[in-house]
Amino acid sequence: MSADAIQTRRDWLLSERPASRMQARLGRAYVAWRRFSANRLAFLGLLIIIALLVVAATAGVLAPYSPTFGDLKGSRLLAPSAEHWFGTDDLGRDILSRILYGSRWTLYVVILVAIIAAPIGLLVGTVAGYAGGWTDAILMRITDIFLAFPKLILALAFVAALGPGIENAVLAIAITSWPPYARIARAETLTVRNSDYIKAVQLMGASPFRIVLRHIMPLCISSLIIRVTLDMAGIILTAAGLGFLGLGAQPPLPEWGTMIASGRRFVLDQWWVAGAPGFAILIVSLGFNLLGDGLRDALDPRSGDQ
Amino acid sequence: MTAAIAVDRLGVIFDRFHALKGVSLDVQPGESFGLVGESGSGKSTLLRAIAGLAPVASGSITVNGKKLGTRREKAFYREVQMVFQDPYGSLHPRQTVDRLLQEPLAIHGFADGEKRIQRALDEVGLGNGFRFRYSHQLSGGQRQRVAIARALILEPSILLLDEPTSALDASVQAEVLNLLEEVRRRRKLTFLMVSHDLAIITHMCGRLMVMQSGEAVENLSADDLVERRVTKDYTRNLLRASDGFVRA
Amino acid sequence: MSTLLDVEDLRVTFPTRTGLVEAVRGVTFSLGRERLGIVGESGSGKSQTGRAIMGLTPPQARISANKLAFDGIDLLSVSPRERRALRGKRIAMILQDPKYSLDPVMSIGRQIVETLRTHEKVGKAEARDRALAMLEAVQIRDPARVFDLHPHEVSGGMGQRAMIAMMLIAGPEMMIADEPTSALDVTVQLDVLGILDRLVSERGMGLIFISHDLRLVSSFCDRVIVMYAGKVVEQLKASELGRAQHPYTRGLLNCMPKIGADRHPLPVLDRKPEWAA
Repeated sequence: MSADAIQTRRDWLLSERPASRMQARLGRAYVAWRRFSANRLAFLGLLIIIALLVVAATAGVLAPYSPTFGDLKGSRLLAPSAEHWFGTDDLGRDILSRILYGSRWTLYVVILVAIIAAPIGLLVGTVAGYAGGWTDAILMRITDIFLAFPKLILALAFVAALGPGIENAVLAIAITSWPPYARIARAETLTVRNSDYIKAVQLMGASPFRIVLRHIMPLCISSLIIRVTLDMAGIILTAAGLGFLGLGAQPPLPEWGTMIASGRRFVLDQWWVAGAPGFAILIVSLGFNLLGDGLRDALDPRSGDQ
Repeated sequence: MTAAIAVDRLGVIFDRFHALKGVSLDVQPGESFGLVGESGSGKSTLLRAIAGLAPVASGSITVNGKKLGTRREKAFYREVQMVFQDPYGSLHPRQTVDRLLQEPLAIHGFADGEKRIQRALDEVGLGNGFRFRYSHQLSGGQRQRVAIARALILEPSILLLDEPTSALDASVQAEVLNLLEEVRRRRKLTFLMVSHDLAIITHMCGRLMVMQSGEAVENLSADDLVERRVTKDYTRNLLRASDGFVRA
Repeated sequence: MSTLLDVEDLRVTFPTRTGLVEAVRGVTFSLGRERLGIVGESGSGKSQTGRAIMGLTPPQARISANKLAFDGIDLLSVSPRERRALRGKRIAMILQDPKYSLDPVMSIGRQIVETLRTHEKVGKAEARDRALAMLEAVQIRDPARVFDLHPHEVSGGMGQRAMIAMMLIAGPEMMIADEPTSALDVTVQLDVLGILDRLVSERGMGLIFISHDLRLVSSFCDRVIVMYAGKVVEQLKASELGRAQHPYTRGLLNCMPKIGADRHPLPVLDRKPEWAA
């Protein structure tokens, strides 16, 4: 593409007079993207997350060995080498392959928690904030009850009741992570509910349901996305923690937390067994945190709309 | 002839604060009526009470012959619309002009949205180039034009105007006032307009009511005010103040 | 008339994403012991001019001028410390809304006393007496009561009077008032202006009155500067406003509704690009 063509495309995106709905939307996204990509660290975070997605999608091709079956006879607890980059574990399985496959489970946990917890928090928070009165009091007291317990303890209790397993771990984490989102959504709702633009929609005869769904929720979403992204690292760590305690993913599932748990017995002599998945968790958590910080700068409504 | 707006001994109480203390008012169809007063006079509260945005404690409001309950019906909003004071606060920050204008049409189930939006934008002198802009891409005057277009798109017969130009520069104020007069003439609208500025009210309105701390001080015609035929000291003070500073 | 402030070719430039934006583009004027009005619409650079003189321009902006001198002191080359010492002691500023310029957690009286004691070595009792006298001078009826009130406990007009008292306590020689009465009701507006007017003439201060309201400024000031797009388009005596030459000034005067003038539609301002050139 020639420099001219790029220039005209940019002008089209940044046009002060967009000619269609699509152009306006793309232009807005482009401005946010420019602000985001100017932040190098945030960009690095995005690259890490993209790499995670690619690895999870192509683990079957990338992984040199099976993640669940190892050579018990010849390759137990081998140190990292050209053949096994990250070494092997006590059952002779290639750790690199297990980490590559494990990325799927990490993503599975993170995405499921996000799509369960974020909408619940958003709904509870916006309804409580907009309705006020009794509705607000009841919803927020329920939220307070959830917030009163340490997250991991509450998740442990849920898993203990539901039974161990990765699905139940996801459920338990989701149940414990929506209250902060509800708080954020409520706080945002309270700042906008008395604004003239919400009054103007009321004056058109819009139902409360429509106002919350179409006018208040879109205003809360960007701060929620930021918060969820920043929480991703915590979710991964909680999932790993549950796995480590034997209440999350069950062996032989190559989940990173479970892998650390089974490697802890050899952590002094064969450090790579626990070290490699630990490092993977570190990198991915860092990626999500950097991404979240970048999104905050790019999406934060308080940073001005320009 | 039934009055467009009839307010009878209206009282409004916010948390034990009496914002309106039994104010009565009659606005005839097609008339432009002004409410003047300083901050805390209750003039905006009266407007908001009619629109259903303030808690009515006593008295009654009748619009086009129909007495209003505490809940406004959907049909009410096709009769009465409002333009707010602050053009920076009255447009949703995440919606394009197009989306803002579409919302009332969607709520009331109009099918010919495309045409109506085009017409509304043309009517307020903005044209299609502004249709897909966000409010932050507009100047104060342009925003107020969008707010007027939004109020007009449901084709109401009554427009409530809450200091529609006080946040604008003088030159832009003139343009917006001219626009309001023009749409009133063309659509035969009834205006109920709030302002702290006597000059604006005499320019825009035929009759007016002066208010002070939640009560009506006096009812005047614009001509009375121009001829300075006022009976109350408070009104006289306001008139003197609007002449500008006089060195003692 | 002795010159208090001399401004020559003042420029204030803000860097933005899309390049440099000049908010003030070569403003030249001088101020004696008089009331000077600066009038313009939003974006005309009137407030930035006041802030540049006061030294309150945001740090990312660049200020340049051939001359920016207060009583012979070059304001652009003095150290930040000397600048701070000038501010409050010899140059004072009043902003539009007292709600934002008074400290919400400190009583009004204490704020005035603190202001006085940062600029002069006076005892506590004397400072209190002078603060009370100052509150009386701005026509606050019960100064002893208001002294102990917090800013949120007083009305807008009272708050602005307290603000004026605080600004005048150190006896400045020049005052910049940026829309000091725009947030106030019209009747209160005149009271506050009356107080300001009396204090300025009694103490022989120089006053720069920044406002969007051409009529108010012309009834209050001796001289008026009209700004448009960062430039001065016209300077004239307030009494000769009716004989303004520039089409912008005339348009601005014309487009406001007046009681008794039956003009439908109102004349609107036809902005010419050459005004900004």
